Amino acid sequence: MVLHPTSLADWVVVLPVLLCLAGAAVLLMLRTLVRLQRWVCLAMLLSLVVCDGVLFRRVLADGPLAMTMGNWPAPFGITFAADVMGAGFALVAAFVALCVVIYMRGDTPESAVRDGAYPLILLLMAGVSGAFLTGDLFNLYVWFEVMLIASFGLMVLAGNPLQLDGAVKYGVLNFLATALFLAALGLLYGLLGTLNMADIIGKAARADLAPLTAIAALFALAFCMKAAMFPVNAWLPASYHTPPPAISALIGALLTKVGVYALVRMLVMLTPEAREILSPAILAVGIATAILGPLSAIAETNLRRAIGFVLIGGIGVAVLPIAGANPFALSGGLAYLVHAMLTMAALYLAAGLIERGRDQSDTRGIGGLYAANSLLSVLFFVLVLAVSGVPPFLGFWPKLLLLQGFIGANDWLPVFVILLNALLTLIAGARLWSRLFWRGTGDRVSLPVMPLAATIALTVAGVVLALMPNVLIASAQTAAYDLINPARYIAAVGLSP
Amino acid sequence: MEPVLAILVSLFLAVAIYLMLSRSLVRVLLGVVVLGNGINLLIFVAGRLTSATPPIVPPGQKIPAGLFANPLPQALILTAIVIGFAMFAFLIVLAFRAYEAMNADDTDQMRLAEPEGEPRPPLEY
Repeated sequence: MVLHPTSLADWVVVLPVLLCLAGAAVLLMLRTLVRLQRWVCLAMLLSLVVCDGVLFRRVLADGPLAMTMGNWPAPFGITFAADVMGAGFALVAAFVALCVVIYMRGDTPESAVRDGAYPLILLLMAGVSGAFLTGDLFNLYVWFEVMLIASFGLMVLAGNPLQLDGAVKYGVLNFLATALFLAALGLLYGLLGTLNMADIIGKAARADLAPLTAIAALFALAFCMKAAMFPVNAWLPASYHTPPPAISALIGALLTKVGVYALVRMLVMLTPEAREILSPAILAVGIATAILGPLSAIAETNLRRAIGFVLIGGIGVAVLPIAGANPFALSGGLAYLVHAMLTMAALYLAAGLIERGRDQSDTRGIGGLYAANSLLSVLFFVLVLAVSGVPPFLGFWPKLLLLQGFIGANDWLPVFVILLNALLTLIAGARLWSRLFWRGTGDRVSLPVMPLAATIALTVAGVVLALMPNVLIASAQTAAYDLINPARYIAAVGLSP
Repeated sequence: MEPVLAILVSLFLAVAIYLMLSRSLVRVLLGVVVLGNGINLLIFVAGRLTSATPPIVPPGQKIPAGLFANPLPQALILTAIVIGFAMFAFLIVLAFRAYEAMNADDTDQMRLAEPEGEPRPPLEY
């Protein structure tokens, strides 16, 4: 039943996904025009950033924004709903993708472009944007799969044996994770009779808690696999160092964060009662991840694998507030995810520059970079400090919010774990720094302009955000408030709470 | 009817888990297929099995008369089948290429990305 046409301004909710899908289709048609492809992809990602920016501003000012496909009344039809969390993550993800594509201008062989690197990146961004903006669980599953198949393609792009080996493990385990997600989704539909997120919130509150908790646990397992949480993270260190650095940066920065996003959305917003029962398990898994990640990074000699382990540690920290779900700590977790996207992408890109300059990836063989390239040294140093949360840099503010939240709730175990994680990450980073930059000598390294510019852009964006943290902190707090009190979200979708 | 199908689903999942625990990549992939089909069946059962009346609205009315089949699980399953098929097609080509590249379909021997017997990491700074 069409009640009234959707106003043109509201289309901004689906526009990010439409832009990416249309862009990917156009790029597929331009397959043979290698030069043009880069420009079209850049233009598309630039408009994606603008579009996400407009959406984010609007959501921040007016509250969540939703539209349902075909203008059906809400629980029917597929709903797209942007709240501060989703729109904010989509914006940061688009910015990261833009920087990665700039990096690729100087670092991608023509054969990779012919094989479809750029359309795959746009498809990946369609999946990521869709996952952040959808208001329907089955639709979330579809975007997960879009993301997954695009990342498969990017993983095996050059097709050397190393990549194939990584892609086999990445592919099978991630496919298993989405299969578990699908199973949980089917069971949830059987229990509640709806898959619309806003509708689930209301119905889950009245549902039988025992089956609901079991289903929530299955969801949590699936999302923990996607997010590379400790017992089920073996696929990440086996695969993320194998593709070209730009691809590592893109999937390393975005895909695991989508997993955490889904975990937060599911447990905190959709099934808060089940979350309370599951919180000891989430806490235990988060603690194990937050400590084992950087410990493994200390013992790792492959540069990008070490960064992968640092990434895993960060995921552990970001998941901790789900166990407590007090608004302060939760806002810290959300801000941490923003920091992790920017900083991890920049770290992977910097690692790509280092590997390119020295033509190898084993930290024992690289040395003397401090004298070889001072700009790269500064970049890497800033990133190491940022990732471990040293004050003027970006990692500090989210950790401050987290600590404030947990101390306020008199919850000392996570406080201790976050501080330990920061210390271990700093040790791992310092080890990398001393090995790569201080030890040994080496020839001067000159770096290509575009990749260097992209890495600088990401790092500077992090520094600027850290020096003016008000935007980040205020929007993270709004996002956390909306998650815990979803009345505004439900009303925006068009249901009564 | 539901209990019978539920047992069938658990049988599918048990076979899938058994196959996926294997070291041979081909068996793992077969397990993935069986798992996908088991989950599709699970969604079908979760949507409740009702009488076989198609959910078609007669002319001049707003809802179908009497009990009718739930169309939503079928739409979900159809989507899941298509996606699962595409994924499986990719994975099987990937497994073949990996077999060509590494001359192995035993995951124990696929150690290019994580080499075995690496020297210990340096202990000093």
